Amino acid sequence: MAEDKNELAPELKEKLRAEFEQDWRKELRKSVPAKERMKGTRQKMPERAAGERRRDFREVNQGLTAEMARAEARRCLDCANPQCVLGCPVAIDIPSFVKLIEKGEFLAAAWKLKETNSLPAICGRVCPQESQCEERCAMKKASGVPVAIGNLERFASDFERLSGSLKIPPLPPPTGKKAAVIGAGPAGLTVAGDLAKLGHKVTIFEALHEAGGVLIYGIPEFRLPKAILKAEVDYLKRLGVEVRTSFVVGSTATIEDLKGQGYAAFFIGSGAGLPNFMKIPGENLVGVYSANEYLTRVNLMRAYDFPAYDTPVFRARTAAVVGGGNVAMDSVRTAKRLGAERAIIVYRRSRVEMPARIEEIHHAEQEGIELQLLTTPIRYIGDANGRLVAMECQKMGLGEPDASGRRRPIPIEGSEYTIEVDLAVCAIGQSPNPLIPQTTPGLKMGKWGNVEVDWATMATSLPGVYAGGDIVRGGATVILAMGDARIAAAQIDRFLRR
Amino acid sequence: MPKILTRERLAPNLHLLEVLAPEVARKCRPGQFVIVMPDEKGERIPLSIADWDAGRGSVTAVFLVVGTTTRKLAALRAGDELAVFVGPLGRPSEIGAFGTVVLVAGCFGIGALWPAARALKAAGNRVVALIDAKTAELAYWKDRYRAVCDKVAFSSRDHALGSNGFVPKPLENLLEAEAPVARVIAVGCTYLMYASAQATRPLGIKTIVSLNPIMVDGTGMCGACRCTAEGRTKFACVDGPDFDGHQVDWDELFMRRKSYFDDEIRSLCRYEESELA
Repeated sequence: MAEDKNELAPELKEKLRAEFEQDWRKELRKSVPAKERMKGTRQKMPERAAGERRRDFREVNQGLTAEMARAEARRCLDCANPQCVLGCPVAIDIPSFVKLIEKGEFLAAAWKLKETNSLPAICGRVCPQESQCEERCAMKKASGVPVAIGNLERFASDFERLSGSLKIPPLPPPTGKKAAVIGAGPAGLTVAGDLAKLGHKVTIFEALHEAGGVLIYGIPEFRLPKAILKAEVDYLKRLGVEVRTSFVVGSTATIEDLKGQGYAAFFIGSGAGLPNFMKIPGENLVGVYSANEYLTRVNLMRAYDFPAYDTPVFRARTAAVVGGGNVAMDSVRTAKRLGAERAIIVYRRSRVEMPARIEEIHHAEQEGIELQLLTTPIRYIGDANGRLVAMECQKMGLGEPDASGRRRPIPIEGSEYTIEVDLAVCAIGQSPNPLIPQTTPGLKMGKWGNVEVDWATMATSLPGVYAGGDIVRGGATVILAMGDARIAAAQIDRFLRR
Repeated sequence: MPKILTRERLAPNLHLLEVLAPEVARKCRPGQFVIVMPDEKGERIPLSIADWDAGRGSVTAVFLVVGTTTRKLAALRAGDELAVFVGPLGRPSEIGAFGTVVLVAGCFGIGALWPAARALKAAGNRVVALIDAKTAELAYWKDRYRAVCDKVAFSSRDHALGSNGFVPKPLENLLEAEAPVARVIAVGCTYLMYASAQATRPLGIKTIVSLNPIMVDGTGMCGACRCTAEGRTKFACVDGPDFDGHQVDWDELFMRRKSYFDDEIRSLCRYEESELA
């Protein structure tokens, strides 16, 4: 896929080099010897105490202070050949923004980020940095502890937002071309921002009543405050992007209908909106949720504030969440915050295979989340009213690595046991939403219901129609969706100007 | 935000809502639904589409007042705006030349089945309506049905409607009188649909029901509306709402519809207290 790269594109390499050669960068590099930089310790992200935060939905991480950010930025060696940029799906000029922070020019750092990433305050919070930029950081190789690039990204973009000097870049004269973006999630917001900055008229069509996609319905307030998302969406609106909520492309209008309204190019970013279930007995009992439903009720519909808000959600005594990814972590920590005495992760592989960000697993454990690893549910048990009361589990062993590269779980016969639970959340992934594929004749589909694209251009089988994010990948990350979106936006621009 | 053109009481506890939604109106087909949210603190609920007028740009739904959301909707007036009115959602009903079709409509379903009645007649069917209503005041749109149906009968104990029993009896009578009946379509409360499907099962008459489980997004994203049909889990919002009534796990549907019963009462108590204060 597009993200497997070991070499930067030549033009990007040249651009990074030019920045690297700037006089201020040279001076800054010389001002502190590398040995000195290596001595600095990674600044610990200030976070609210676990005992306090597990009772509310306010943000866990509090952000670095300016002093901490500059100290952390000083740890960056400013490599001549920065590997961190290779690890970033949108190829942010990481050394430049980090060095601007070291210099104390926080606003300039934020603007530098925005040259390549339209949603830095979000990525700084939700990206799996440990397996991307920070994985390749030279400091990690040298000392074992990489520069906290994600925390610095968050710092710079928060600084800009809180400073009140949000910069709207100068917009080129309108091209008169109209592009339609389907889905206001991370991919759609990115495409919209890029195209608006290139002078095109962009409308985002969103099925739900608020923009953000997974950022609004999926990721909880305690990890990504809604105010931050709202600021990002407002920024797009100031760039001239129109956001039409409660508009289901495929139902309210098809892509063909929108063509008739003058839209010349399309980006499908409708996401992985189809939850997977395990197809085990009892899965339709009352009290068994998909993670999508559970999180949507709590986040988008604000069920945590029921009955002030009208949408209810179960408040469990014992909650079990099946899965080991970020969505599972978000669900289990939500259950805890809604008052569960016990909130348990049930995951069929071992800890090292868990796909969740390390920080999320760590935060969850601090909050008292239990992990039952190498375990899978095999049956849900209900009472006479059809309400969930228990789940039967089976222990698993690990065999040889499978196609995903992770060791395959193998059931251990005779290891079955029962846990009393009154809430179960199935967070085992999701498939691409079929609505647009079903209503768009000629759109070529892959075997998992995903939209097929040319990875170099994100073009679909239909001319002028591009796609990216989970509708193509079937359940990946925010930043990979944004990486797809950047490629697609550049191609859509070319297509519109052809 | 979508503006309300009309909100009127059709019968006690049954209201009509006509909303200005030109794009939705252009796409409506019989059997589809919209998701409505009355205000920004409200819940998203599905309402069956009862009529539309592409020229006027309006879409009409009929709803029964049961909980907080429908009570809020019933309190709105022409000119007010809704936070959400999105659609049309779900697969349209199958309309074809079947022969004789019996429509069993009760409660909000009298409204919801009206587009199908019209379309089935236009497709050349003999259309017989059986309107289920506890009393004569609850049977609305009788004139509309009489205008397109070949026959209109009632399921009621109100002599004013010329009926002395509820489904299944009057349905069984109709199926006998109208034999051969090619298809029955039942829309209304879960019990009416269940009872209709039970009545037709021994006769092997294909029976379509429009399921009404709890929904959130209505586009297949959350799975709240899952139900079992043909032995498999289905999402009513995208795989339905129409299903073969003989293939539905009714016990599961009844049970899942009651998922939030206690919370619904709590919410309603709070709403009524705040309204009366």
